[in-house]
Amino acid sequence: MSFWNKNVKPLLMSILPSVVAILIGLLFGLLVMIFASPGDAPMGFYTVLTRGISKFSDVLYYATPIIMTGLSVGFAYRMGLFNIGASGQFTMGIFAALLVSFFLPLKSPASWIVACVAAIAAGAIWGSIPGFFKALLNINEVITSIMFNYIGMYVVDYLISNSSTMYFATKARTNYISAEAQLPALWSGTNLNVGIIIAVVLAVILFVVLFYTTFGYELRATGFNKDAAKYAGMSSKRNIIITMAIAGALAGLGGALCILAPSTVVGSSVTYEPINVIRNEGFNGIAVALLGCSHPIGIVFSAIFVSYIQRGGTGAVAYKPEIIDVVLAFIIYFSAFAMVVREIVSGKRKKKKSAPAPGAVIDAVPPGPNDTAMQDQTGTGLMPEAEERGEE
Amino acid sequence: MENYVIEMVHITKRFPGIVANDDITLNLKRGEIHALLGENGAGKSTLMSVLFGLYNPEEGEIRMNGQPVTIHDPNDATALGIGMVHQHFKLVECFTVLQNIILGVEPNKSGFLSMGEARKKVVELSEKYGLQIDPDAVIEDITVGMQQRTEILKMLYRDNDILIFDEPTAVLTPQEITELMDIIRSFAKEGKSILFISHKLNEIMQVADRCTVLRKGKCVGTVNVCDTTPEELSRMMVGRDVQLKVSKDEAHPGDSVLSVRDLKVPSKVHKGKNAVNGVSFDVREGEIVCIAGIDGNGQSELVSAITGLDKPNGGSITLGGTNITRAPIRKRSKLGMSHIPEDRHKHGLVLDFNLANNMVLQRYWEPEFMRFGFIKKAPIRKYSDELIERFDVRSGEGSDSIVRSMSGGNQQKAIVAREMDREHKLLVAVQPTRGLDVGAIEYIHKCIVRERDEGRAVLLVSFELDEVMNLADRILVMYGGEIVGELDPKKTDVEEVGLYMAGNKRNTGSKEAQA
Repeated sequence: MSFWNKNVKPLLMSILPSVVAILIGLLFGLLVMIFASPGDAPMGFYTVLTRGISKFSDVLYYATPIIMTGLSVGFAYRMGLFNIGASGQFTMGIFAALLVSFFLPLKSPASWIVACVAAIAAGAIWGSIPGFFKALLNINEVITSIMFNYIGMYVVDYLISNSSTMYFATKARTNYISAEAQLPALWSGTNLNVGIIIAVVLAVILFVVLFYTTFGYELRATGFNKDAAKYAGMSSKRNIIITMAIAGALAGLGGALCILAPSTVVGSSVTYEPINVIRNEGFNGIAVALLGCSHPIGIVFSAIFVSYIQRGGTGAVAYKPEIIDVVLAFIIYFSAFAMVVREIVSGKRKKKKSAPAPGAVIDAVPPGPNDTAMQDQTGTGLMPEAEERGEE
Repeated sequence: MENYVIEMVHITKRFPGIVANDDITLNLKRGEIHALLGENGAGKSTLMSVLFGLYNPEEGEIRMNGQPVTIHDPNDATALGIGMVHQHFKLVECFTVLQNIILGVEPNKSGFLSMGEARKKVVELSEKYGLQIDPDAVIEDITVGMQQRTEILKMLYRDNDILIFDEPTAVLTPQEITELMDIIRSFAKEGKSILFISHKLNEIMQVADRCTVLRKGKCVGTVNVCDTTPEELSRMMVGRDVQLKVSKDEAHPGDSVLSVRDLKVPSKVHKGKNAVNGVSFDVREGEIVCIAGIDGNGQSELVSAITGLDKPNGGSITLGGTNITRAPIRKRSKLGMSHIPEDRHKHGLVLDFNLANNMVLQRYWEPEFMRFGFIKKAPIRKYSDELIERFDVRSGEGSDSIVRSMSGGNQQKAIVAREMDREHKLLVAVQPTRGLDVGAIEYIHKCIVRERDEGRAVLLVSFELDEVMNLADRILVMYGGEIVGELDPKKTDVEEVGLYMAGNKRNTGSKEAQA
């Protein structure tokens, strides 16, 4: 009983809001399908829900990049930083991995390992720049990291489309990279590769860092209350830069794992299209991180869920892809409402928290009628952006 | 049966685990100044929040001119002519005075603002009541007193007849307090009814007609101020006759531990001005030096500079012989500075951490609790359990309790435990008993005296004169960013300290004070 109360119950309570949010999202997704084409809805919805089972290796394959961007966003969020620039860091990772693959004549497996390290470095640099701006000049990291999405994307697109080695102009994509440069496959005939293992191992490492190291302690303390962190003598400047560098490194590695994934078709590879579009993995990473409560292990599961629903959607052929995208967006969008649902679920506790003693009541007076102008800008306000991008 | 403009009848407001207002009845006559007296946490603010519609009571009813009314939210209250000036002002910092006053009731012609009429009305009101304001000044640039006048004009602009003031004098200078009292009196003369929250007896004796006393959520009684004495009011408020008097022996000061010379700290409110202007003093081993003064005379900024939360722009600070004027906080901490911060929620605690993690907030990096960058959970747990036991910190789940769920008093005790148990030479304590009940105050006072007796230097900042008189071995009075007097508590009295605090008297050396 005490094991139940101490371990199982809190875990269930922390997962519950995400599950409720997912169910609401599924319901709205179903409504959209009924609205678009009532006759096809039952079969189509069934496909969305179940197709992922038979395509589970694909699910894991597509989950790998968004686990990485999810970890990137979630890790920064623990520190109170909103890394909306995971897309740019992801793109830089892709670029660094491509550079190594095309220009460094290395034998496998040295090639993909060096490519991953290069991607980590590129992502870390791209992430730490907004970190420096935040730490030293107190410039909002949301704005700088959004701008760095564009800078990264255009720079990479320019460099790739001007390189005859990398660019296949008539197909508007990069050339295939050699099979030797690709990640080792895990199971021949499927898409499974070593990427998913790397992603899961990193999630576990991040879990340990967050909850078992003094760095994680400082990071979480800063995320919860940066004034108290300052009072306790923690160096927020250093921690902001390190955190953003780690977040960038994670997203950058995600880019490498995405572009280096082995192809099941002999002689081909994953390619990058320099078509001036920001990668949506970064934005999906935001949804994944929110759905996974910014918890590294939760993020692994939420990324797999998002990937699962996406794979299911590709099988619902009775619907136009745009409709399926809307359905997926609804499901993911509402999933990100997990935060709101959590507040509702824990509503009772919140009230109690705000009034533990009469002395504290003074502090807990709700905003007056004139406070409407001072709306709290929480991360959820940025979610519509993530949703729109998620559909691309 | 008297003619009451507001009757709050048998109001009960519960929060989980606490009855903030327990069957309270309060009647307000037209044109009277009615004070609401009680200790911190007695339920004064809650009761007024009920009247203003911020909380809905579980039981009881509110009548206006004899008719029951329902006040669900502040809009209802405003419609009934009830206005409130909150303890912490509700102003939009980057708006002008005028924009703040009209906020929510903007005069407009088909959707376009028509500020002309509004300006006229505001200027008229401000002249009529002597509420000096600059309608075009931006809130963040003006003094706290002018911000308060803006809040008052907000109520007048809405033609409110029932005015609630929540501890209006806490943030004002003595002159501003006198002005405010005159203004409040002129409101009452006009037939407006005033509810005035305070825990300062002299103010109530000065301005109020009647006074209702609350204690621990219950109504102790309502008295006519002209028929009572401050002593009787304080007995009603505290519930017992005894004044809080800490027994302590003669101080035996040793060497100087903290040495502040000609310190200047820039003001955050008024750009280009100094909040602390050339302050010099010493705190020695084995003595409690108390900085007295009205809130907002530079005490917070002085402490921020000493503890490293803010940077000074002149002068020097030395701790145990080491110059720490620009040292990072962690270095000050390692040199032996403990700090009980003014705002326990903002600085003192990570509310979403559990108690164990908060207990090591200043020590998690020590080898005792860390190895190769990894946190040693078991020793932290053990240490936290030990502190909880020794300092009697009460909570639902001990070390596992999330601090947010704990009562204010126990949160404060946790900070006191953490800061006093660390190895330190100097304790800087700011308002360490704010918002606490009598028992907790007594306990913390004893702890502070024990610190002194164990040979540590204590720098105490307090806005409560009683606390200053009780604890201090030496009193430094701050006024307008300067130390205007150094007093020996044995050779002075509350009145004299009050004169210094009000800026009416000043000396600069201890010799004069002792003469």
